[in-house]
Amino acid sequence: MSTVKEPLFGKSKDELTQLSTDLGLPAYTGGQLAYWLYKTDVDSFDLMTNISKKTRALISEHYVLGINPPVSVKESVDGTKKYLFNAGNGKFIEAAYIPDGKRHTLCVSSQVGCKMGCLFCMTGKQGFQGQLSPGEILNQLRSIPERALVTNIVYMGMGEPFDNLQSVMKSSAILTAEYGFAISVRKVTVSTIGIIPAMKVFLEESKCNLAVSLHTPFEDERRKLMPVQNVYPIKEVIDTITKYDIGKYRRVSIEYIMFKDVNDTRRHVNELARLLNKVNCRINLIRFHSIPGTPLESSSEETILDFQKALNAKGIVTTLRASRGQDIEAACGLLSTKELVKKKKDSNLITE
Amino acid sequence: MKTKLKLTKVKIIRQREIAPGVFVLSFIRPWDFTAGQVVGLAGNENDEARLYSIASGELDEEVDILYNINPEGKLTPWMAQLNTADTLWVSEPFGSFKGDGEPAWWIASGTGIAPFVSMFRTGLHKNKKIIHGGRDLHSFYFNEIIEPELKENYIRCCSRENSPEVFHGRITQYLKEQTSLPTNEKYYLCGSAEMVVDARDILIEKGIPFNNIISEIYF
Repeated sequence: MSTVKEPLFGKSKDELTQLSTDLGLPAYTGGQLAYWLYKTDVDSFDLMTNISKKTRALISEHYVLGINPPVSVKESVDGTKKYLFNAGNGKFIEAAYIPDGKRHTLCVSSQVGCKMGCLFCMTGKQGFQGQLSPGEILNQLRSIPERALVTNIVYMGMGEPFDNLQSVMKSSAILTAEYGFAISVRKVTVSTIGIIPAMKVFLEESKCNLAVSLHTPFEDERRKLMPVQNVYPIKEVIDTITKYDIGKYRRVSIEYIMFKDVNDTRRHVNELARLLNKVNCRINLIRFHSIPGTPLESSSEETILDFQKALNAKGIVTTLRASRGQDIEAACGLLSTKELVKKKKDSNLITE
Repeated sequence: MKTKLKLTKVKIIRQREIAPGVFVLSFIRPWDFTAGQVVGLAGNENDEARLYSIASGELDEEVDILYNINPEGKLTPWMAQLNTADTLWVSEPFGSFKGDGEPAWWIASGTGIAPFVSMFRTGLHKNKKIIHGGRDLHSFYFNEIIEPELKENYIRCCSRENSPEVFHGRITQYLKEQTSLPTNEKYYLCGSAEMVVDARDILIEKGIPFNNIISEIYF
């Protein structure tokens, strides 16, 4: 009988040390493994040259590396790349690599699909197929050719990060650890629609940046766009954030997609200013990238620029995010592996 | 990981298995709530609470929680073993998925019927249509109280089994076959992300303004 071997990639240095001593190996083997896993691009036990052959054989008897290259890549005319990963069991996820001058951002997924059902998001339309492990999240960085160029990581791909809190906390800890990828906490942002209990844990236990998808300051409008509003209202999300010391080291940004005649009026500017009065944050305005069957449209460029100006005039730093990778469906809200999910379902039906 | 919802201990007064793997757990109501709201439940004070809709009426003395066993979860297999006088940790009720007296469609899959059962038991069902989706004929929880009152306005969509009482197919198929859905009424959706998202797309395609669609997703 064959048993599935556990992957090493995605384990913390402490865990690697523990499993080494459990195998009767010296504790420092954990540190050696962490080095090969997180500091190099080695993708085979055979290449871990400072670990003896015998030790490597013993480890590989019990574990696999868990590093898997993307199965395909699409490149946009603007240089953005979208990578597709097979996370096993018919699970597919996407990550977007967005180079921009000196800043190279990687947008990673935290779940296969999403349960949140926001009206404007393509990922939501495929439903939810599963959680990603810390290793599957980190593999999106480890396995792409641009790995060494990446300066910023944003958890803004498929899924709601705070619906998979443990994997997100653990992967972001390895991203920012000295023994790990050693990326500054200021360069890592986790984006949420505001799942309050998990957000509190994050704000207490992580130093990474936070982004909140707000999209309208009015409760009744927001519940039509984002079902989560029924459970965790935006006002409570913002009140919660104000209780933490924000702004000195950690940045909070508010994500705001501009929908024509829905959330782009002066009334919205005024209410946003009132709602965000006590929060040290900035607003990122995002153009809406239309998805099939949506009743929503993007606001005009003129309206968006006016909206930005009005918010800036109220003292809220407001930027407009460039739309990147639209031609390869890598732009905000467009990541989806729905077709692959459907294919998998269809093939199951045939073989059933 | 520590919980961030404030929890208090309650004593279970009853647990019933109403269908294979599906339970109704009851405790004495410790607070007031509005039909449609949720509570956080946990086995220990420091556990991460999971959210469940209340299924009892606002004036009932007992709070009912409808749930099914998620074999991959920790909480529900444990909850299913609880007996009278065992204890459970519960948060205060919260959430704004609330019904009102206006005509509306209540659309649910599986245990997503719970908030509508709460609204029903609170007396808000008079001018409502309930569409409930389930796999098997025993999936229509609380049909014994809904059917006598709503009669033809209670549609059971059964995907795996058939009988004269049910529509054979999924909720989405039922909605697709409707030729004149009122566009000025409210549509409340509750259940899995997949059902809510698909049903919402169909309603929008059929001309229902998205402003009239209110969703609650179980996550």
